[in-house]
Amino acid sequence: MFYILALFFFTPIYISMAKITYITHENEKHTIEVQNGLTVMEGAVQNDIPGIDADCGGGMACATCHVYVKEDWFNKLPKKEDGEDDMLDMAFEPKANSRLSCQIIVSDEIDGLEVNIPSKQA
Amino acid sequence: MNKTDALIIGAGPTGLFTAHQLKLIGLDCEIVDNLDKIGGQCIELYPDKPIYDIPAVPECTGEELTNNLISQLKPFNIKFHLSERVEEVKKEDTNWLVKTSSGNSFLTPNVIIAGGVGSFEPRKFAPKECEKYENKSLFYSVKDKNIFNGKIVSIFGGGDSALDWAIELSKNCKINLIHRRDEFRGAQATVDKMQELVKLGKINLFTKYQMANAQGDQKLESIDIKHDNNEIKNLKSDYVLGFFGLIMQLGPIANWGLNLNKKTIEVDTEKFETNQKGIYAVGDICNYPGKLKLILSGFHEGALAARACFKLARPNEKYRFEFTTTSSNLLKRLGKKE
Repeated sequence: MFYILALFFFTPIYISMAKITYITHENEKHTIEVQNGLTVMEGAVQNDIPGIDADCGGGMACATCHVYVKEDWFNKLPKKEDGEDDMLDMAFEPKANSRLSCQIIVSDEIDGLEVNIPSKQA
Repeated sequence: MNKTDALIIGAGPTGLFTAHQLKLIGLDCEIVDNLDKIGGQCIELYPDKPIYDIPAVPECTGEELTNNLISQLKPFNIKFHLSERVEEVKKEDTNWLVKTSSGNSFLTPNVIIAGGVGSFEPRKFAPKECEKYENKSLFYSVKDKNIFNGKIVSIFGGGDSALDWAIELSKNCKINLIHRRDEFRGAQATVDKMQELVKLGKINLFTKYQMANAQGDQKLESIDIKHDNNEIKNLKSDYVLGFFGLIMQLGPIANWGLNLNKKTIEVDTEKFETNQKGIYAVGDICNYPGKLKLILSGFHEGALAARACFKLARPNEKYRFEFTTTSSNLLKRLGKKE
């Protein structure tokens, strides 16, 4: 019994993190450890990365968390859901590699992801 | 000059329920909103999307929620000032003097900001050159369609507004329709109709293109559009219309001397008052430890701010807490009792 309890107490609580690099329009690089399960948008907002507004709070309703994803990463990310491209139509200077960062969920698979922040969100 | 006990800025769900609470406790109020309709984000961003987390309402759309809130206000006579933006809030003795974009002014001891993330403004074209032609030959909404008769009009966007205007204006003008991808998000029937007009040569369709530049001395003469593969096309255009939806801008609120935190206003959790006495903030726009951006939180914040307003609007009276189930006072105000 003691051993089981000891095992329980001494097992470190392990939270998986992934490194996400945010590159601002001024080419400043911010590499942040973001907890798995959060979105790339939340990682930016919680760490005061400039240039991601996220007005609607992650509801895919405002297109102000718009980022450009480097080509090689773009194809590795889970595909866009219905509605994301509709919102991207309204984003400031959307490109073929545009994504809404509130729709990218952080996981071990995207450890090392780099995103570029546009010059403006609107 | 309008005198009122409280002025609410924002006619979204929080503003509407705050009005209900003010009227219920016997205060007057008026509501100003920059949109041309009541409902705020619920009506502008997700009228058809179901909401599942309104207490005791298992499921309702943004439009249904708005309509229910409006019908809850039926017993009260509330004046709405739509399509007006509050520009200025100035202290005048114990009151606030509030001025709107349409020249309306209000004198009130209480201003409640229920502004979401600010006021809705049209999203604009990215190239700087476009500003020069704004409201002359480049528009983000149509006020008088007759000015386009016989002209070349280039329309940008992939939603219903862009498609509807392309179809409507194709009757009397030469239309270029430009969109950043092949898919349109407008209603299928509208997309079909547009495709039919493209086949008939009534609409020139350019997909995977975006605005790159605008040229012309005084008047707009032509625009450059750029393909995903960087190819540039020049299109003669007398007018340009852009339909990229709306964006929320904090706007003049930033100049009222309030403590701001990013795009939110800091308040206390007793009265939801800002650092300025008699100015409150409720709903998505307010910020305090533990703030949740949920509609239900806005209702709670509005109810408390309304009670705080009582003190400033009726300094010589005492506010008494009552229930709608039993208070004959409240039932009279609700029109349920003579």
